[in-house]
Amino acid sequence: MSKGEVVLLDCWASPFCLRAKIALAEKGVEYEARAENLFGGKKVPVLLHDGKPLCESTIIVNYIDETWPSPPLLPSCAFERAKARFWSDFIDKKYATYGKARARSPAKNEFIEILKQLEGALGEKDFFGGDSFGFVDVIAIPLTCWFYAVEEFGGFKVENECPKFSAWMNKCMQRETVARILPDPEKVYEFVIMLRNMFGIE
Amino acid sequence: MAEVKLHGGWASPFSNKVVWALKLKGIPYEYIEEDLYNKSASLLKYNPVHKMIPVLVHGEKPVCESMVILEYIEEMWPQNPSLMPSDPYDRAQARFWIKFAEDKGVAVWKMFFSTGQVLENAMKAALEMLQTVEKHGLGEKKFFNGDNIGLADLAFGAIAYWLQVLEDVMGVKLFESHKFPSLHEWFENFRKVPVIEENLPNQHEMVIAFKRRRETLVTSA
Repeated sequence: MSKGEVVLLDCWASPFCLRAKIALAEKGVEYEARAENLFGGKKVPVLLHDGKPLCESTIIVNYIDETWPSPPLLPSCAFERAKARFWSDFIDKKYATYGKARARSPAKNEFIEILKQLEGALGEKDFFGGDSFGFVDVIAIPLTCWFYAVEEFGGFKVENECPKFSAWMNKCMQRETVARILPDPEKVYEFVIMLRNMFGIE
Repeated sequence: MAEVKLHGGWASPFSNKVVWALKLKGIPYEYIEEDLYNKSASLLKYNPVHKMIPVLVHGEKPVCESMVILEYIEEMWPQNPSLMPSDPYDRAQARFWIKFAEDKGVAVWKMFFSTGQVLENAMKAALEMLQTVEKHGLGEKKFFNGDNIGLADLAFGAIAYWLQVLEDVMGVKLFESHKFPSLHEWFENFRKVPVIEENLPNQHEMVIAFKRRRETLVTSA
């Protein structure tokens, strides 16, 4: 399974690093995680494969999928791959608008609207790609460990507002890789409070 | 081969990137010009999430978002010519620059919709993007994709070509050859690729159309 040395520059709370870690774990690839200080100015994640660096979490996950093809994360059909890329892009566009610590938090109804659109993409399927855990699931699931913080600040529960999305989250959490790698949401919540205090957000 | 249709806009950089890819690969398609102020029912059906052009419809199956469409075209019709490298690391690098173009290119489009300080900030961001690409993007290569153009060249080609239009519309100068010699040389080579040369929308016509639109934007601000 080993195809050279793999190092991941990592930060525990970053959902983008979690994407890379889940992808590597799904492929059974051994790697060294080097913890970086979130406020050290360095951008994470960075994947170093035999010393060659790669940035941008979605691109890293794509690269991991191409380099270690089994089990596949992206579907084999070109049209299904396009759908996976579309929803991955959708998630990142929404994150860019609402996700940064200094950005305003989404209003409850905006947040719910985004989840409902993702529920539309899920349809009746277990995972975004169908029966198997795949690319969009890897891209989406790490962001959910920040949901507890959103729920606490917003005074609502995703489970009640978007039960289908909540069911998908639970299915992902049943995977050994995801359960092992995702941090405790309460720990993330405390981290968010610290960030908000640092940036003076009420 | 199933029918290919493109819902696009003649003056849209996003739509034209898809035209370039289809023409480079010699893929026959039906083009449907969309009025962005009166979108067709088909467009809204095929792209309910963003309601935007371009949308590629292949055998009734819609693909949305220009860079998703370009990757789809490359995967469906991988030869004649190939527009992405074959090595996974090189592909990841190409995708990095494509994403960079998409993310940072926003500053260029934002210029068009802005005035005052917002415009100043957008221009500054656009310059920073050009500086980064000038320094790190090409290396010794003729094109981002090596000896021949690829998807990353289409992504930056759209930005450079439309930036020239916006410079004219706004009366500013950003993409100057003495400041960006490497990018200028790349852009000249890009424009000379026969398929690209034959499929560049008329800049003069775009300046007229965009100036008119900008006037309504600025006066209603």
